[in-house]
This record gives sequence, structure tokens and C-alpha cells, in this order.
Amino acid sequence: MTPIARDDTSVLGRWWWTVDRWTLLCVCLLTAFGMLLTAAASPPVAERIGLDSLYFVRRQAILIIPAIALLVSISLLEPRSIRRLAAVAFVGIIVLLISTLIFGPEIKGSQRWLTFAGFSLQPSEFVKPAFAVVAAWMFSARRLGEEVPGYQISGAMYLLVLGLLLAQPDVGQAVVVSAIWFTQWFLAGLSATWVGLLVFVGLTAMVGAYFVFPHVASRIDRFLDPASGDSYQIDRAMEAFMNGGLFGRGPGEGMAKAYLPDAHSDFILAVAGEEFGLLACLILVALFVFIVLRGLNRVLEDKNLFVILASAGLLVQFALQAIINMASTVGLMPTKGMTLPFISYGGSSLLALAFGMGMLLALTRRRAGGVE
Amino acid sequence: MILNPFKSIRQSHQQRAASHGRVRPCAPRAMDEKIQAALDVSYRRLLMTGAMLLFAFGAITVRLVDVSLMQAASEPRVTYAPRMQEMRMDRADIVDRNGTLLATNLSTASLFANPRKVMNPDDTARQLAMVLPELHEAEVARQLKSKRSFVWLRRNLTPRQQWRVISLGLPGIEFQSAETRVYPNGTLAAHIMGYVDIDNGGLAGVEGTFDTTLRDDAAPLQLTIDARLQHILRKELSRAKTEFSALGATGIILDARNGEVVAMTSLPDFDPNDGGNARPEQRFNRATLGVYELGSTFKIFTAAMALDYGIVTMRSGYDATKPIRISRFTIRDYHAKRRWLSVPEIFMYSSNIGAAKMAEDVGTEAQRSFLRRLGLLRPASIELPEVGAPMVPSPWRPINTMTISYGHGLAVSPLQLASGVAAMVNGGIVHKPTLIRGRAKSAPAGQRIISELTSREVRRLMRLVVEKGTGRKAAAEGFLVGGKTGTADKPKKGGYSRRALISSFVGAFPMTDPRYVVLATLDEPRGTKKTHGYATGGWVAAPIVRRVIERAAPLLGVQPIDENSPAVKKELHIDFKREGRQLASF
Repeated sequence: MTPIARDDTSVLGRWWWTVDRWTLLCVCLLTAFGMLLTAAASPPVAERIGLDSLYFVRRQAILIIPAIALLVSISLLEPRSIRRLAAVAFVGIIVLLISTLIFGPEIKGSQRWLTFAGFSLQPSEFVKPAFAVVAAWMFSARRLGEEVPGYQISGAMYLLVLGLLLAQPDVGQAVVVSAIWFTQWFLAGLSATWVGLLVFVGLTAMVGAYFVFPHVASRIDRFLDPASGDSYQIDRAMEAFMNGGLFGRGPGEGMAKAYLPDAHSDFILAVAGEEFGLLACLILVALFVFIVLRGLNRVLEDKNLFVILASAGLLVQFALQAIINMASTVGLMPTKGMTLPFISYGGSSLLALAFGMGMLLALTRRRAGGVE
Repeated sequence: MILNPFKSIRQSHQQRAASHGRVRPCAPRAMDEKIQAALDVSYRRLLMTGAMLLFAFGAITVRLVDVSLMQAASEPRVTYAPRMQEMRMDRADIVDRNGTLLATNLSTASLFANPRKVMNPDDTARQLAMVLPELHEAEVARQLKSKRSFVWLRRNLTPRQQWRVISLGLPGIEFQSAETRVYPNGTLAAHIMGYVDIDNGGLAGVEGTFDTTLRDDAAPLQLTIDARLQHILRKELSRAKTEFSALGATGIILDARNGEVVAMTSLPDFDPNDGGNARPEQRFNRATLGVYELGSTFKIFTAAMALDYGIVTMRSGYDATKPIRISRFTIRDYHAKRRWLSVPEIFMYSSNIGAAKMAEDVGTEAQRSFLRRLGLLRPASIELPEVGAPMVPSPWRPINTMTISYGHGLAVSPLQLASGVAAMVNGGIVHKPTLIRGRAKSAPAGQRIISELTSREVRRLMRLVVEKGTGRKAAAEGFLVGGKTGTADKPKKGGYSRRALISSFVGAFPMTDPRYVVLATLDEPRGTKKTHGYATGGWVAAPIVRRVIERAAPLLGVQPIDENSPAVKKELHIDFKREGRQLASF
């Protein structure tokens, strides 16, 4: 079945036999499905904005190789190296986030992108996995009794990231980062009183976002009362699912992509539903569920608190992104600009997910001796 | 593993840890316990986190099934009424008073060619002529050989024609879609609608008057016309026009209480869908643009002014024994009685002599002032570009006063006559006629021209004409029609023609409280065997009014009543006592 012998002790050999091959397989399937859907959904979008019809397909195809390379090479690392890598990356990304606010061009009312040498980067995509690992490090250190003010440091980091994201503003990413931090603190043993308090604060913050950010308010208004404003995108998405039915209209036969402005990114699930049908969507959901449950199951066997917290943070980030994207597309929550992991078009998103998934695979590798 | 409660997880870990001997031997036991406690909490909470994520994915799964399979495809997800702005068209619709569509737009394809792209002009022309037989093959081939890059081949193709041309698959043959004005009712209200040019610019009728409004506003233009009544009126007029071989016919139904034109027809008419190709006599609106000497119908005004000024009473009268000779004219009666006639008799028998004497007594100035206030001396105020100016005598000599008393020497449009009669029967208030729904409500209150009492007497006189006089053929049973016939000699070079008549009947109903004025006029009708050769208003026009009222009254909501009930009799009673005879004899 495999060309790598069971007793191969080279770096790759050891990696192959210790890494979570099922998760790896699912990620590869997701990426392949994503490529297929990008090929289906993006040409009309590209043509609409005056680009060559295969522009997005080519860009995504070119990025898949470095993304997989990044994922595999990071998954080769030991947990200790992952910690260091994440810490260095975190500092670098914070610098990038600050420069985004200073140099980044304003697109559709927010500053989220950095452009250099013809390549544009969205640092907020990368901050999530890096933050998940670094915060886990701080929590676990404090929890295991090391002489580090871990809670305070992780809290400060969280507030810093949150502030930078809200300044862009990017409420969606702020919600994901908040969920990561809260879940990790929760897992690290936050008392029930604090859990209740923070849930309350979280809800208050969401209500607050409604009043502070006009675009958030508008989206929520339209979600609560579709007739009150332009519910064009969600209506088209609903039509797409309806048209698709169980088996879909067939590849390339969809209509929604001709109308949905973000058919290749935020609303890609609608294209999947219309062209490949409900079954394909359910397979997609199953792949996400499998990756999440498989990851959680693996850390349930682990005895390293840092590994547990970091993995859980990365998994929550991955799952939440998928949940927010899909729930928006099927009209379960207000539309929120969030990519569907490994499926949606987007270079920054793909590389950042490869970075995060690489770290997750590295952390969940079976380690001889259980504890490093 | 996931389903195991927390305790067993801990146990299994302790067991495994023990069995593998992985617990660091030199580590203090307290530290170990602390780590284990932390791990226990995190394991338990990890399960809770997993459950919540699983719940969210489950909700998405359910929702996916719901939106993919459970939604009825035919039901819109959000229902809302399309707003007018969203339905913006090149030109607003025109509807009747009940909202029936009178004019709208259809988007059609027009065929053009780019000769530079056409590969084989002769073959292309041959194929096009095969599917569009109305195209001239040689002409098309010539056009296709030109050096231009755009030639119109044919405007406004039907979908089937367009499909046929498309299926030929000819290069260089293309379509441009445009909105075409369509009048679904065709000729029904041709002169009111008017028509548009090829670029949808209004050229006549309300299309012309409201050209700018129709272009700018999205809301449909609502007329006072009732398509059903318009249909009845047009049908009856058209039948009479054929029956009496008339040159033309005009009909009007006017709301006596507010001046709203409920129906108005001029024959011959045209199809507004092809208005540009109509002949001039078809386009001519006899109801508003044409002005005619409308004959004895004017006696309504003469009697009303004489009664209202107090010159005569219902019991006074005039000697109509001999024709009046004045300068080179002779005024004679058509139904000559050669005796003294009371005012009701003058009206009933339509005595020109009596009317002329009455007008003489009223006086020229008073008559002119009365007709001016009635709006008969200036063009009618109606929302159409086609409005004719009345032909008013200048100077207005005593002879004019006398001839105008029976409708000669002053030419007005039929609409002006109908509108004037409305003021005579509605209690004495002049309302400007209108074609636009809602205008009557917002218009200033009408001006009083005669007293309520006079109006009542005029109604009695008009009812008398239908009951016993020249207008008996207008009697629509149960609707208490009243009116006045009019038969005018058409003017010809240097005088009047005895042969060519303008025969009219103007009526109103029900005479106890008139709701509608109905007018019918035939231009040069020829008498038939059935009418014993007569072509007078009483013979040819009065029956039109009767039939129109019989058909229209139920639609207008006018209830038939018992014409012989005492209350009605009393209201319309005329006392024929001859109090004025002695006066006249002396």
C-alpha cells in the first residue's frame, strides 16, 4: 500500500508513520474539491471584473503547491519547534497588522490588505493560527505552575490582536480570535463564574458591534428582516440550493455564480449546492466534521496540556471558519466575510490555513513516550 | 472514547500511564496530581467544545437539506410588491378609470444588419426573405451590399419571427431590442389616446398632451374613460353610421355632475398602433377638433337663458304662425304648427320661429354673455391637443342672435355642446370637461350659470321632448331620458345645403336627477326605408342615444325607475295653460 517501510527511520519515514494520515487525506480532498469549485465558480466572477476568465483558477492552482509544501514541512516539526515558530510568526504578523493599518489601501471600507511586489497579503488570516499556538503556550505554562504570568500575557496578546482587528475593521476575524482565546482559557480551567461572565461579555460585545459598526448593523437588519433591504446575495444563494436539489444541475450548469459577487469565495458553498447538489455539500460538511472530531479525539489521548490547548485552538479556528461561512451561505446567520477553509479562493487564506493545519498535524503526531 | 464519561478517561489515562511506566519517577507526586487535574478539566471541557461544534455542523446539515429539498421552487423566498421605480419603462402606461390597460409597452426586437460582416449578401437576402415574406429580397440584397456598418431591415419583429431569423444563423444579422407602444384595445379610444412616433414620442391625443409626464413618471396615467362604455358608444355609433351611410359620427358620454368624459368617440377612427399611417379624415377628432352648427340642440340654451333672465315663463309663448323674414333670410319651422306656441310647445316641436323670437327678447348682449359663460365662445378646455376654436360671428348682429337661438351661425365642437347641456341639467353649474381621473375632484368649484329652478324647468322641457316631442326615439324605458334633437343644414358655399345634414341628439338621464349627458351626432346621414327617408336628429341620432343608455346605464350603476310613479310625474309635470296668449295677441 505504501512505499514507506514501517521501520524507515528517516525524517520522512518517521513523519509518515506518526502523522495523522486520515486528516491529511481529508485536507487533500478538501483542497482538491476547492480547486474543482474554484474552476466552476470563478470564471464568471473574473469576467465580471474584467479579468481573464481563468485568472482565479490559475492563481489558486499556482498557490496549492507552496501551500501543501508549507503544510507538510511544518508538520515535520516537533511541538517545541512549533511553539518557537508560532512565537516568531506571531511577532512578525503583529508588525504586519500594524503596517496594514498604516500603509494598507482601503478596500470596501476597511484596511485588511498589504501589497508588496504585486502580491497582496491579508495578515489577519495568519494571526489566527499563530495566536492560537502562542496563547496555548502561555495558558499551559501558567497552568502547569511555571513561573510565568501566562494568563496576563495571553490576555494582553488577545487584547492587542482584538484591537488591531477591530481597527481595520474586521469583526469576523475578531470573533474567531475571541472564540480561540475563550476556548483555550475554558480548557485551561477557567472557573464557572468566569465562563458565565465572559459569555455575557461576548454577547454584549456582539450587540455592541451592531451599534458601533454600521456595516454589521446593516447585515444583521437584513438578516432579521429580509424585506427591509437588499437580501440579493442570500436570495440568490437560496435559489442556488433549491435549483441544485439532491444531485445538482451538473458541473458548470449553475446560474448563481453569474449573479453572486463572491461566488468564488464567501458563497462558494452555494455554487457547490447548485452544481453538485446536496450530497456533495453533505460530503463537504462531513469532511470538516471528520477533521475536527478526529483532531479533538487525538488530543483527548494526549498528556501535554500545551498540545491540547494549541490543537484545540487551531481546531476551533478551523471549525468556526467553516461554520460561519456555511451558516451565512445557508441563511442561518447574517452574512459575514469568511472563507470556507481550503475550499474558497484566496491566497492568504489558503497559505494561512496550510500554516495552521501544518502546526495541528505536527502537534497531533504520535510521539514516542507520549510526553516530549 | 468520546462517549466515555470523564472519570473513565482519567482512569484509562492513569492506567495507561502506569502500565507504560511513563510517569517521571523523580517528579514530586503533588506536581503530578496538579498536572493530572488540569488535564482532567481540559479533557472534559474538550468534549463539551466538540459537542458544541458538532451541534453547529448538525444545524448546518439540517438547513442544507431544508434549503435544497424542502423549499417549494415556485414560492419566492421573500414576497414583496415591486416598487414603481423597479418597473421603470420607457413610457408610462395609460389606463381607464377602472385600471383597464389602454396603452402599454412591449419590448420587441428590431432586425438590422452590419453589411461589413455579412458574408454572402444575395444568399442572406434570399434566406431572410424566406422567413420574412414582407421583406423585398432585391432591396435587402442591395442594402446588404452597401459599405455601411448599420442598416435597418425591419422593426418590431414578433418573437416567432425573431426565432426564425436566429435559427438561420446568418452572420452580420443582429437584433436591437426596444420598447414599442402598444394599444391592446386598438381603435377603441383612438382619438383620446392619440399615437406615438417611431421613437415613442407622443404625437396626438393624451399621448401628445402628456408626452413629458408619460416619459418622466412611472405611475400609469389614469383617464376618466370607461373602456366598457367606450366600447358600447363606439359600437352603437358605428352601427348607425353604417345604417345611415353617414360620413362620420360623434358620441360623448359625460358625467353631468363633474365634467368627467366617460366615453368619447369620433368616427371614422384609426388604430393607434399604426397611427402614423392613418388617413387625415380618420385622425380628425370630430368630438373636440371639429366645430359644427349643431342646430336645434341649442334651443336648450335659448330656453334656459330666457327662463333664467325672466324673459319668459313656462306658460308664456310666441306667435309662430308665419315665418320670420329678416334681411335676406327666412326663418321657418320644420314641423310648422302655424299657430301660437307656448314655451314648452316651442321646445317640444322645435320651433325656430319661437326660439328666434325668444332670443330677440333676450337680446344680443345677454345671449353672448350667456354663451361666453357657458364656454361656447372659446376653445373647449380638454386635455387634448386637438381642440377646435368655435366659429363665432363677428360682428354679432341681431340676425345672428336669432339664428344662434336655434343653432345656426355659431359652430362649436360636440364636446362643448355636451358640456353646456350638462350645466343646464345638473342644477346650473358649469364644470370644465376633463379626461384625467382625479382632476374633477381637485378642480375649483364650478360656476353657477342658471338657477336651480331654471335647471329644473329645462329638465322638464327636455323630458317633454322625449315623452311627446321630436325625441321620442330616445326613450330608454325606465331611465327617464330627456333631451333635444338637432338637425342642421350643413353650410356650403354661399349658404346652406338642404341635402347635407348634421343630425344630433343630446340627452341626459335620469331627468329627475341627471347623472350623465349622452350626445350622438351623425354627419350627412341618409334616410332609409325604415326612417321613411328621414335623416333628422329625431330619426337617426335619438335611437343611438336610446341604445347607448339602455346598455350603459346598468354599467354606470343607474337604477331603472318607474317612469309613471306619481313622484316622477310631479317632478316633471308641465302645465300647458296658455297664460300668455292674450299678451301675444295684443
